[in-house]
Amino acid sequence: MPGVEGALMERLRAWTLELGGPGTRARIEKLTPPRNEYGVDPYGLDLDFVVAAIAPLLWLYRKYFRVELHGAEHVPPEGRCVVVANHSGQLPFDAAMIEVGLLIDKDPPRVARALVEKWVPTLPFVSTFMARCGQIVGTPENCRRLLAAGEAILVFPEGVRGLNKPFSKRYQLQKFGVGFMRLALESQAPIVPCAVVGAEEQAPALFDFKLLARLLGFPAFPITPTVLPFPLPARYHVRFGEPLRFTGSPDDDDAELERKVADVEAAVTTLVERGLAERKSVYL
Amino acid sequence: MRPAREPPSFPGMPRTVLVTGISGNLGRALAKLLHTEAGVVGLDRRPFPGKPKDLEHHEVDIRKAKVEDAFRHRRIEALIHMGIVHDPRVPRSEAHSFNVLGTHKILDLCVRHGVRKVVVLSSANVYGPRPDNSNFLPEETPLMAAERFSEMRDLIELDMYAQSFMWRHPELETVILRPVNIVGPTVRNAPSNYLRLERPMTVLGFDPMVQLIHEDDVCRALVLALRPGLRGVFNVIGAGEVPLSAALRELGRRPLPVPHPLVRFLVRRAFEARLSSFPPEEVDHIQYLCVVDGSRFVREAGWTPAFSMRETLRSVL
Repeated sequence: MPGVEGALMERLRAWTLELGGPGTRARIEKLTPPRNEYGVDPYGLDLDFVVAAIAPLLWLYRKYFRVELHGAEHVPPEGRCVVVANHSGQLPFDAAMIEVGLLIDKDPPRVARALVEKWVPTLPFVSTFMARCGQIVGTPENCRRLLAAGEAILVFPEGVRGLNKPFSKRYQLQKFGVGFMRLALESQAPIVPCAVVGAEEQAPALFDFKLLARLLGFPAFPITPTVLPFPLPARYHVRFGEPLRFTGSPDDDDAELERKVADVEAAVTTLVERGLAERKSVYL
Repeated sequence: MRPAREPPSFPGMPRTVLVTGISGNLGRALAKLLHTEAGVVGLDRRPFPGKPKDLEHHEVDIRKAKVEDAFRHRRIEALIHMGIVHDPRVPRSEAHSFNVLGTHKILDLCVRHGVRKVVVLSSANVYGPRPDNSNFLPEETPLMAAERFSEMRDLIELDMYAQSFMWRHPELETVILRPVNIVGPTVRNAPSNYLRLERPMTVLGFDPMVQLIHEDDVCRALVLALRPGLRGVFNVIGAGEVPLSAALRELGRRPLPVPHPLVRFLVRRAFEARLSSFPPEEVDHIQYLCVVDGSRFVREAGWTPAFSMRETLRSVL
């Protein structure tokens, strides 16, 4: 790797280890994703890149959002699982904070693969960043393959409906899609409910500039107090619940699947309410 | 120097194999590998300079009636069909007629003359690089490449025709191989030529995973496909996948990143001015994913590539 870039990566890695606190290096070394002679797994995940790239996110995690992580032990240390979380905050910092938490504050750490929107691979830099961090496009085929390989995937069944909802609807779960349930049943993967409290207040959307969003090809263009959806320093509470196991056929009709999805929604809602009740201050 | 690689061997190797497009770079590499294992009959409208002595070559256009001589002369047991025009400079109608009509003709002849094995060389590019592609495309993926790159229509039509042929003629074992980007010391296709550039253009902010296969590994896969009992459509991969940037770094290239709204314009102008051999649609390949799942060929045919990723990359030097 050329000098400047290599030195920068080294600095970022050192920053990650410093922010992570004692024992971070030992914990990260427990991760052994498959890697070829070019340091990547077949999906393009590069662990050295991840350790460097999460430094600024880890700074947000520790110093800016001051994330409190609860119940990380509910995410199984190995084997397939589907983490299902509520989605909010205009920009997906909630996904980043869940992943950083599972990587830095869980022992042994886990790489959760968030499934990204199909337009992400059309974005320069973002697409590359996501791929090197192991985040891939959320096609059913990809999910099946990851679960079959015993990986953890992170799903936001509300999608952009949740992410880009206006502030007036904060902490009201939008309708969950049923796709994740089909996949979980198919691969018999446990579902770990997860709630993020705080992301709603990071970028309260006053209104959605729909015309501009259409012109730019974005799913939404929210106007927030910081104009651009740059986050405010809200305190984050990330809470995992006990794994839920469902049985049944993935080919049941939607009504049957929706009953099961409602159980997951209820579990996430309970976790959100608990987080809201325990939160002492939004920003301070 | 290329390392010596043994062809795959198995009981029931056909005694005589007809190879179309044998005078191309890949065809000649295949001839070298195959003629020690089986009788090889070449068919190409181009001459075959330096052909092995024991190889019978018919210099004839695949669409001509005279092609049947090759079948009359010797009992052909298997066909490897790789006589496909890919050159983007060849006029569309001529390429289309050669590829589509030629394939129809040669497959008909195989039925008439009791050939028992047909291997058609397609390409993993029939799926097309797309931003919403799954990371590993299975063989059932729709062949969408022509949506953005109409020049791919011939190859897709040929692949689909071979598939329908496979179902219509269960008495023949038809194998369709879809290898990933073929590179090597002698091939002159777009991926090899791209990797040979000292200062290749890249798309700023994009670094897709790419799959490459060594030309000799493709030849080994074609020979392996002759194995009795094997039929179906198979993706064929080399030694894994690599980020494009790592491939260029391995070769010591100095990439020239160009913002994506500009890159297609530049590549189109260069192509039209005959300064480069890359049609603008090729840019998709250095921007989006077109990575396939090669596990079926591994499972059903016992495929293993002989070249590592590093050897494969360095083979273009």
